[in-house]
Amino acid sequence: MSKAPFGRRLLRVTGMDELGAYRVLRVADPDGPEPEPGQFAMLTTAERWGAGENERPYLARAFSFARWRDGQAHYLLEDVGPGTKRLCELSAGEEVWTLGPLGQGFTAPGRVGPHPRRAILVGGGVGIAPLAILQDALECEVTVLLGFRDGARAVGAALLDGAQVATDDGSAGYHGLVTDLLAAELQRDPAAVVYSCGPAGMLEGVRAMCAQSGTPAQLALEAGMACGFGACFGCVVPRHGGGYLRVCVDGPVIDAAELDVVEEHNGAPA
Amino acid sequence: MSVEFCGLRLVHPVINGSGTFDALAAREAFGTALNVEFPFAAYVSKTITLEPRRGNPPPRLWEASGGLVNSIGLPNKGLEGYLAEDLPALASLPVPLITNVMGSTAAEISELLEACDARAEIAAVELNVSCPNVKTGLDIGADPRQLEEVLRTVRPRTGKPLIVKLTPNAADVSACALAAEAGGANAVSLINTLRALVLRPVSRKGPSAVPERRPWLGAGTGGLSGPAIRAVALAQVAAVAERAQIPVIGMGGVSTAAHARDLLDVGARLVAVGTESFRDPVAGAKIARELAG
Repeated sequence: MSKAPFGRRLLRVTGMDELGAYRVLRVADPDGPEPEPGQFAMLTTAERWGAGENERPYLARAFSFARWRDGQAHYLLEDVGPGTKRLCELSAGEEVWTLGPLGQGFTAPGRVGPHPRRAILVGGGVGIAPLAILQDALECEVTVLLGFRDGARAVGAALLDGAQVATDDGSAGYHGLVTDLLAAELQRDPAAVVYSCGPAGMLEGVRAMCAQSGTPAQLALEAGMACGFGACFGCVVPRHGGGYLRVCVDGPVIDAAELDVVEEHNGAPA
Repeated sequence: MSVEFCGLRLVHPVINGSGTFDALAAREAFGTALNVEFPFAAYVSKTITLEPRRGNPPPRLWEASGGLVNSIGLPNKGLEGYLAEDLPALASLPVPLITNVMGSTAAEISELLEACDARAEIAAVELNVSCPNVKTGLDIGADPRQLEEVLRTVRPRTGKPLIVKLTPNAADVSACALAAEAGGANAVSLINTLRALVLRPVSRKGPSAVPERRPWLGAGTGGLSGPAIRAVALAQVAAVAERAQIPVIGMGGVSTAAHARDLLDVGARLVAVGTESFRDPVAGAKIARELAG
């Protein structure tokens, strides 16, 4: 995995694009190490971080790299709390503190399953972000299945190529859960490796389904996290066989076999 | 900017608060750069207990107004695992190592101190006394009489400098500091986190839903740290430094050199950076540099 420069770095915002209900933040990092798909960074705005609702945000916020192009990191943002709200207000020319790339990313298909013929990418909501940079890197056949709450969020599917879309309200694509689409794909051809990121309920559906079909799965998890580099011990999830995994240093991408269940995530500071 | 502390010569007065920086995990994340500018003049380990602990069930964190409430539960490999697996790696850090330990009885603490005493890699021991007495349920460090009694029993078990990490959740913290001094402590460190409670947010599912106001943190209560506690820390450090003869390590919400300077100016010998390192792992080095300049 790519190692992070020691200490947070002040980097310049090069753009902020609307993508339906989401925004794509672009940050120039000409000297930074290229992240591997699934890795993340901790972000803080240089100005006015704090003194929002309830005097928050205070801690940095964790974001998967959604893309790495021409020395620029892309992050997918959704305004769901004081930190993400402040980050969504950024525009070109402003600065962000960045610590990263951090964590363990996705394992390439050739090193996961016995002989996977293709990768199935299953994403939900803002969790589609790491699947985009993964798709950029994959050389095998790829099937992309993305689920969203509604049509405004489904616009985010444009981040990936050739996605089949499902929405909870039926306003775009298949009316239902993205895991329904996965079930059909696995039935058609179970010799695949599944890469997934999204809400805990969706990830648990993916985990259970893949466990049943014997399909290897790599899950990118989210958890409440203060530091991102193993110091705070706050972001733990129960590990198969006992004990806990730290999502920041043991993950965020964790082999599904390491988990008995994907629990409702424990309230990442947003 | 070098400073003498309990017979140790430190290159600057900034160290880390116990449990706020995992040097071994940081080395994985940042590589050898960690050793090039190690952010602290001494490294304080997370708390080690006799038996391994897996820590508290999640959620373990809550972002508070200007701070953090945590209930981690002191996960660690236990004394044996620490000595065998972590200590050799920690010994390669470029600064002196202070091992933080906690026990719930004098006998447990004695065993921990004896084991640390036998290891040359350990420069000093910090005793976490924010641990409930198994008989009374009260924190050992919250009652001056109990604290002095425990320290008199365990003090002879190590010849290394012994720092007592005081709890701020006591009626009279300076009385506790004086008790630690009378019991043979070589230094005191404060403040630990302030006991704090966060409730689960009220469900937004509709007016008919009866809100279940349960604690947010998996273990119930937690400890508050960060800028929110800075003024409390300054008051407690000032009160202790005024009355105690032994050196004081001051901490609580230090984010900048100005905050560190405040603690030094009210009498702290060293300052520790804790929660700020979560936001920037090199915060300690930046603060030390700015203090020197």
